[in-house]
Amino acid sequence: MPSVRFRLNGVELEIDADPDRSLLDILRGHLGMTGPHFGCGAGECGACNVIVGDRAISACDTPLWSVADKDVTTIEGLGTSERPHPLQRAFIAEQALQCGYCVSGILISAAALLKRNPSPTSREVKEALDRNLCRCGSHNRMVRAVLRAAEEMAAG
Amino acid sequence: MNQPAPAPSAPTLPASLAANPKLSSWLKLPSSGKVTVSPGKVEIGQGIVTALAQIAADELDIDLSRVQMIRASTAVSPNEGVTSGSLSIQQSGRALRHACAEVRQIFLRQAAERFGVGIDALHIEDGIISGPGNVRTSYWELADEVSLDRDATPGVTPKIATSRTLAGHSVQRIDIPDKVLGRPRFIHDRALAGMLHGRVLRPQHARAKLRELNEDGARAVAGLVAIVRDGSFAGVVSETEHGAEAALNALRKGATWSDGELLPDENDLASFLKAQPSESTVIGKKTAASPGTVARTIRRQYTRPYIAHASIAPSCAIAQWDGDRVHVWTHSQGVYLLSADLALVLNLPVENITVEHLEGAGCYGHNAADDVALDAVLLAKSAGGRPVRVQWSRQGEMSDAPFGAAMAIEIEADLDAQGEIIDWRHSIWSNGHAARPGRAAQPALLAAFELENPFPRMVSTNPPQVNGGGGDRNSVPLYDFPSWHIESHRLTTMPIRTSALRTLGGQGNVFAIESILDEIAAECGEDPVAFRLRHLRDERAKDVIRAAAARAGWKPEKQPGIGHGIGFGRYKNTGAYCAAIAEIEGAEWISVRKLTLAIDVGEAINPDGVINQIEGGAIQATSWVLKERVRFDGERITSTSWTEYPILRFSEVPDVEVEVIQRPDMDPVGAGEAAHGPVTAAIANAVFDALGVRVRDLPITRDRIIAAMDLSS
Repeated sequence: MPSVRFRLNGVELEIDADPDRSLLDILRGHLGMTGPHFGCGAGECGACNVIVGDRAISACDTPLWSVADKDVTTIEGLGTSERPHPLQRAFIAEQALQCGYCVSGILISAAALLKRNPSPTSREVKEALDRNLCRCGSHNRMVRAVLRAAEEMAAG
Repeated sequence: MNQPAPAPSAPTLPASLAANPKLSSWLKLPSSGKVTVSPGKVEIGQGIVTALAQIAADELDIDLSRVQMIRASTAVSPNEGVTSGSLSIQQSGRALRHACAEVRQIFLRQAAERFGVGIDALHIEDGIISGPGNVRTSYWELADEVSLDRDATPGVTPKIATSRTLAGHSVQRIDIPDKVLGRPRFIHDRALAGMLHGRVLRPQHARAKLRELNEDGARAVAGLVAIVRDGSFAGVVSETEHGAEAALNALRKGATWSDGELLPDENDLASFLKAQPSESTVIGKKTAASPGTVARTIRRQYTRPYIAHASIAPSCAIAQWDGDRVHVWTHSQGVYLLSADLALVLNLPVENITVEHLEGAGCYGHNAADDVALDAVLLAKSAGGRPVRVQWSRQGEMSDAPFGAAMAIEIEADLDAQGEIIDWRHSIWSNGHAARPGRAAQPALLAAFELENPFPRMVSTNPPQVNGGGGDRNSVPLYDFPSWHIESHRLTTMPIRTSALRTLGGQGNVFAIESILDEIAAECGEDPVAFRLRHLRDERAKDVIRAAAARAGWKPEKQPGIGHGIGFGRYKNTGAYCAAIAEIEGAEWISVRKLTLAIDVGEAINPDGVINQIEGGAIQATSWVLKERVRFDGERITSTSWTEYPILRFSEVPDVEVEVIQRPDMDPVGAGEAAHGPVTAAIANAVFDALGVRVRDLPITRDRIIAAMDLSS
């Protein structure tokens, strides 16, 4: 079995698995990480989004080989209970979800946005999240939460 | 029914508590400093668990953080049926409030006895009971002296509204930190020791039968544990999820199916619905004391398509056999109802089946949660006692789960010479809106219809009117017309599987009523808000309309390409009042820019939770109205992905403002389904305001708008 090396949430990993398997399958099935969620398997809903390099991508249609030697960040790497990411704090403050199944992917898309654009407008947030689906209708709260996190990060 | 909470002079137990009277089934004091609360209702993304915790903490005078909410399970929880119909606050909330009030009294009596003082001299703060002379004890100190294994009694009076410190105030939902921090919270994330993975093979063509199955390909896949076949039900069990997917793909290649059954013409749903055999029921009849003279009749037809639940997560379940007993983990809305259906299919006593709830993604009605549970149970039979986790595919979720039923609605309004409505006739053609498990002598679970010895396919029915009805939900006008006749025709054939989806028929009926009213008001040259207020007698109804109108600055000055419309409804005619005002923009392509809503749910236990539900309902309704329609050709459902079944995206979502009219003295009712009907009508009426055309068939797409423009020119 060939192996693929990449950095997951800052930790070097070497995975012995078929490099054509999806990154999501490796994260959930091989590594037991449950943060990224399966939604469609076709890169259409964003529930499984992870950051590769500096971009949010869907892990379900990303083959393992394509992340070789790259940095992969999942929701687990965004923050912890003790030190939550400003986005996570803001989502709690705004109560920005209903069921929450989509939210790890949305936080990832938002984190990628704030990395490249620390002070987005409301329209820019919506554009950045446009490939993430939410069925419960929590969109506006999520946008508010992202803007709140951006403000908090700007204030230091 | 503007009833305040029942007066203490008429003591009865809340229905849910009467059905499950033992106090210890609702709450326990297991260890120092904690109270476990065990409702029969489940979290489906609506925040109910937090609202129930608020009620318990309030009534017991303890801090919210002391409350531990137990997930519903047939092994331990009170049987509260199904979590649906926006009834959880009404049913579970009232039962819990009463049970906690009684437990509080029991402990106060015990403390009073211990200290030799009157109950009135005692005070409870965060579970500490104190009294004159600095005497102190607590719930937990007294717990050994008090048994809660006793039945609740009527006549206990919960606190008055002004004494509550948590209910009526926005608190943070207790499930949100886990979800935001990516901790495993969903059934999809649950890993049990030795867990295997299963997948089920289903035909593309509707109800096709499995003729032959070549298993060779699947047998060659690494990790395969079992191939299961029983009639047209077939599936695989594998050591890994990856292996299960691969084996399923191989099995699909080896499957030969019969032809499917024919599906109706997706472009002519009204003709199809009206041509089917049906059962007709008169829903409401009112006769005028002195019939007026009909000057003219306005007759309109409205339709809504089949609508998919389209949860973001595909349905998932885990099952594990131990001899002739099976344990099931599910995100079903009704653990007891599911266990009853499983007992029917498995021909086992219901005691042999334990069904335990774990959270799934947002649930908007009877989706595939119950179906996948039976799938897991059947596959797990071949797993040698190991747990089997089954997850549906996106395609399966979009095509094999029940849909919200399509509807055709005709309204005829007779007007007199002054343009006043003097008679009103409303007819509905639709499949039933409920085929939930656990309510019939036959199971309602998909795999049960596919077995070698299949159970008959259930044809959906409608809940009785006393429970809000189904296809007829919200069809009786809330307006003060002198005469009406309301009739519902429930189809007795069901080529496309339907069951409960948020509001059942309420969205379609409110759309129809509020649309034709808007049309009549416009023809009379009367402002649509004033027209509605003139025809309403219920002040709570008028208040939500006035509040929404005031908040939206009704009516904003006319601008080209912008339209405003209003819709109003009281969910089930007995639940939450909601008025919505939509602002839309566009021509052939329209976008909804803003929705302004006012809501009256009586006592709002968690006002921010209510706002969250109304916002969510309003946005989901906007998605239904602008985009959603289950697609099919003659043989199969074709809208099996997010590309073919698009829903509203972030860039398309309107601003939503919600005003809650708080009525602490009124019984609380649910908020989850109140917005859909009013928002649907408001958008349709705003389209007319902007473009001068009426679109009477949902969804309101570019094609439908162009067709309406062609018709009117």
